Amino acid sequence: MFKRKQNYSILANTHISWKKALKRDWELYLLLSVPLLLTIIFKYGAYPGLRIAFMNYLPAKGYEGSEWVGFETFRKVFKDRDFIIALRNSLIFNFLEVIVSFPMPIILALMLNELRFARFKKVAQTILYLPHFLSWAIIASIAYTLFRTETGLINNFLINVGLREEGIPFLTKNLHWAATYLSIGVWAGMGWGSIIYLAAINSINEELYEAAMIDGAGRWRRMWHITLPGIKPTIITLLIMTLGRLMGSNYERLSSMGNVNVKAVQYQLAIYIYEKGLASGSGFSKAAAVGLFQSFVGLLLVLASDRFAKVLGEDGLI
Amino acid sequence: MKRSGIKKFTFVDFIIMLIITILCLTCILPFLHILSKSISDSSHVLAKKIYFWPKDINFEAYIAIFKDGQLTHSMLYSVLVTLIFTVLGVITTVMAAWPLSRKRLKGRTVFTFIIMFTMYFGAGLIPTYLLYSNLNLLNTMWVLILPLIFAPYNFLIMKTYFQSTVPDSLEESAYLDGASNTQILLKIVLPISKPILATIALFLAVGRWNAYEDSKFFITSKSLHMIQYLLSMMVLSVSDAEKISISEASAITTTPEVIQAAAIMFVSLPVLCIYPFVQKYFVKGVMIGAIKG
Repeated sequence: MFKRKQNYSILANTHISWKKALKRDWELYLLLSVPLLLTIIFKYGAYPGLRIAFMNYLPAKGYEGSEWVGFETFRKVFKDRDFIIALRNSLIFNFLEVIVSFPMPIILALMLNELRFARFKKVAQTILYLPHFLSWAIIASIAYTLFRTETGLINNFLINVGLREEGIPFLTKNLHWAATYLSIGVWAGMGWGSIIYLAAINSINEELYEAAMIDGAGRWRRMWHITLPGIKPTIITLLIMTLGRLMGSNYERLSSMGNVNVKAVQYQLAIYIYEKGLASGSGFSKAAAVGLFQSFVGLLLVLASDRFAKVLGEDGLI
Repeated sequence: MKRSGIKKFTFVDFIIMLIITILCLTCILPFLHILSKSISDSSHVLAKKIYFWPKDINFEAYIAIFKDGQLTHSMLYSVLVTLIFTVLGVITTVMAAWPLSRKRLKGRTVFTFIIMFTMYFGAGLIPTYLLYSNLNLLNTMWVLILPLIFAPYNFLIMKTYFQSTVPDSLEESAYLDGASNTQILLKIVLPISKPILATIALFLAVGRWNAYEDSKFFITSKSLHMIQYLLSMMVLSVSDAEKISISEASAITTTPEVIQAAAIMFVSLPVLCIYPFVQKYFVKGVMIGAIKG
């Protein structure tokens, strides 16, 4: 085959002119153009629409006919009682999520790591990852089948064996619902979340354990002094990532689990945006303003978390 | 197991196994219950006597679902959408990940930033809705496909993989032997990257299969909805206006509760069947993703 001259190496440094770069790597740029175009059309293409947050947008009048109002929409939104409730609920639930859901994968990984039988461990892991592959529609359908007050499996059982006179309102009283909602979140995310920690545990140097065992360290001391310090960087990185999502809110999860009885606690930002915006059709500007607020705070949180991680000496996230 | 040191099976080992077993049961028993319900005679279901074993087995509810046709149609449609989505998604992800994994590519930092920025700052629902409306995508199948096939997260995972498995030296020797950039990609890179292609394909397929909020936001005609959304309207909707039910005629011999159970099973079945075989590819992807991202 024809050999190229050595000095035309493709590993030549990047400090070449665009003309030369395009000549050498035009195929690569051609490939890249397609996903780049998709990104520009579907992601960047939506950014100009954010201007309706600063307008009094009416779908009938379009962008051209609607008037500019500056920060008026934001002022209105921050005084809106519904928004305050949605924001408060989002923050409370995300915060609870950090406390309740975050530690579970770590505990599960530690337990899985202690299992003695390899086959048992493998089967258990396969089963525990399953909820991650189910949609919120299926998870919520299962939840309704199990937890409904009248016909749910758990209440049927409790009543049939005479433990309770009437069903527990798992899904219809605010506090019950919050507990059910959070528990299902734990259940759905626990197995999958443990993968990363198990990987971190596996990368800990085996000799540390051997040395500790020779020194007579038992199970708990090995866990406390070797395993936990070994996965500390992973824990910190993931915790910071979770904090970066404090503003997030998952529409599918909330709407699938929600019902009229628990509106007071289920009403979070994603629900607010859908109901004020798409569902009613009259609050486009308001909903867009809340969306922008959510994205903007989200971005700040991610940047802050990244900085924080680097200050702690961990790898950044970005 | 290898780290447990002393070979004696202790009480603590027993407790840990017990807890893990209970957690596993919470993943299996609900399906067993719903399956039992879906194939039991409705009189037992109404009497609340069905736990994890069916009584008087019959398949009336499933027959009703097939006769009614809404779910079966939606199942085929969702499979089609997921297939197209996955194929296009893998192709576009490679198209970005391969070039940007090459250190020599001029402008790579800028291009990578342009892509990654969208992961951290989204425009939100309303501007997105207005965009799709302007692009005439609302109420078409393509609104479920085109906007989401290229995802920064998948791109990041594949790029990381290419960076670590295809060293510049390998590429250079092929190049010096006269291979073009395209030949290098098709003949060398892709054949050795099958695991990551499988992983990304599965990420895309499962993501598309399970997501349904876009069906609700951007599509009004029922025949274009993903099956998950149909299920949510059958089982979860409270208001009658939204509620979808299996037509009376086909459901004459059974009750809504049994039909709901059958619908849940019907929609879960594809994932339950395929999942045990593909699960390992996901785990691989999570590990690669964990390196950065």
